[in-house]
Amino acid sequence: MTGDWDVAEECAQDAFALALERWQRDGVPRSPGAWLTTTARNRAIDRIRRAATGVSKLQEVAVLSADHPSDSDDSGVGDDRLRLIFTCCHPALALEVQVALTLRTLVGLTTPEISRAFLVPEATMAQRLVRAKRKMRNAGIPYRVPPAHLLPERTGAVLAVLYLLFNEGYAASAGADLVRQGLTDEAIRLARTLVELMPDEPEALALLALMLLHDARRAGRVDDAGDLVPLEEQDRALWDRNAIDEGVGLLDAALRRGQPGPYQVQAAIAACHATAPDADATDWAQIAALYRELVRMTPTPVVALNRAVAVAMADGPEAGLALVDELEASGALRDYYLLAATRADLLRRLARPAEAAAAYRQALDRAGTDAERRYLARRLAETERA
Amino acid sequence: MRYALLICGDESRMEARSPEEASAGLNEYLAFGEEMGKRGVLQGGERLRPTTDATTVRVRDGEVLTSDGPFAETKEQIGGFYLVDCKDLDEAIEVAAKIPGARDGSIEVRPIWEM
Repeated sequence: MTGDWDVAEECAQDAFALALERWQRDGVPRSPGAWLTTTARNRAIDRIRRAATGVSKLQEVAVLSADHPSDSDDSGVGDDRLRLIFTCCHPALALEVQVALTLRTLVGLTTPEISRAFLVPEATMAQRLVRAKRKMRNAGIPYRVPPAHLLPERTGAVLAVLYLLFNEGYAASAGADLVRQGLTDEAIRLARTLVELMPDEPEALALLALMLLHDARRAGRVDDAGDLVPLEEQDRALWDRNAIDEGVGLLDAALRRGQPGPYQVQAAIAACHATAPDADATDWAQIAALYRELVRMTPTPVVALNRAVAVAMADGPEAGLALVDELEASGALRDYYLLAATRADLLRRLARPAEAAAAYRQALDRAGTDAERRYLARRLAETERA
Repeated sequence: MRYALLICGDESRMEARSPEEASAGLNEYLAFGEEMGKRGVLQGGERLRPTTDATTVRVRDGEVLTSDGPFAETKEQIGGFYLVDCKDLDEAIEVAAKIPGARDGSIEVRPIWEM
C-alpha cells in the first residue's frame, strides 16, 4: 500500500536527471522545487500509466506530489522540496537511515556518495536502504507531508540532510569537480527556507550560518586550474564579506537563545576562520576549545580528526600527531583519505619527509576527486624534493 | 492495515500500586477502549495476567518441556495488547501514544503479517 515510495524515488531521480540536462541548456527555472515536483509527478503518471497498475495508484502518487497541496497538508511548509524532505524523514526509521534515504530519494545522491558521507562501505549503505524500504512497505510508513505539530521531531534529520547536501557540494566526494556549486546553492536556499519556517530554532539558524561562512570562501578555495587552495594560502580579499557578516549575525542570533548544539559550535569554528584578518591571526586556541566541545556533543572520528588538526595548530604538530595516531590505532577511519593527508601534513611540518611522503601516497590512493589528488600529488612532490 | 500494539511495562511497579491507583488506571483503559471503539480502529485486545502466572512450553526432540514463568528475565514484560486496524503507521503511532501504559512503559507497534 505504500509501494509508492519506490515510484516516488525513481521519478524524483528522473526529474533530477532531466533538470540537470534542461537547466544547463535553458537556465534554472524561477521555482526549481516546483519544476522538479511537477516533473517528478508527470514522470510518475507516465510510469504508472505504462505499468497499468490502476487508477487508484495513479491518484495516490498524484496527490502527494501535486502542485496544489492536498487538503491533508497543513504543514505550513511553503517550499515543495523542503516539504518532501520532511516527508521522507519519518521518525519510525533510525535517524541515519532517514537522512540516507532522503539523500537518495529526493536529493538524488548516489549510494556510493551517501556511503562516503557516512563513512561506511557501499554494501552496508545499500543494505540499510533496502532494509528501510522493506520496513516502509511492511510497516505501512506513509509517504505523506506531516502536519505542523509533527515537524519538530523531524527537524534533526532535515538539518542533517541539508548539512550533508551542502557538504557533498562543497567537497564533492567523487568525480572531476571539487565543488558542485548547484548542490551548495540548493542547500543554502533550503536552509534559508527552513529558517523562515522555524525562526526560533537555533540549530537551523546556525546551520545556515555555517553554510554561508563556508560558502563565503568559495572564490578563494579553488585556483584557476581548479585546484584546492589550502586555507592558510587563500587570498582573503576574495572572500565574500557580505556572506560572512550575514553568517556571523545569524550565529549571534542562534547563540543568544542559550540552547547550544553541534551546528552552533561548527558555525562558531567557521566564524573564527572567516573573521581572522590573516592566517597567522587565526585564534587556534579558541578553535581547539570549540572542537573539544564538538567532540563531546558528537563523538565521531571525523570530528576527532578535525580536533587533532586544530590542536596541532594551537599546541604544535607533535600534539596533533599524537591525536591522529590515536585515531589511526582505533581503525575507525582506515579508508578516509583525510586521515592519511593530515598525518602526512603533520609529519611534513615535523620535518620527517620520508614518513610524510609515505602518508601522502596513502592519501593519494584513497582520495575521491581529481582536484584532491592533484593537491596531494603537489605536496608529495614538494616533500620528495625537500 | 492491521497492527498489534503490545503494551510493555514493569510488572513489579504495576503490582505495587494502591487499590485507588489501580482503579484509576483501569478507568483510563476503559476510556481509551471506548474512544477507539467509537473511532472504529479497535479489533480486539486483552490484558494479560503477570508473568508469575505464565508457563513456558517448548518441544525439543519430540518431548514437551514445561517450565514456570517466562524463559528470560527482562525488565519490561508484555502486560496486554490491542489489535487495531489503521490507515497507516502514522495513525497506529497516534493510537499507541494514547494507550495509558505508553506514559510509564512503552508500546511496541508490530504490523500484522497478513497471510
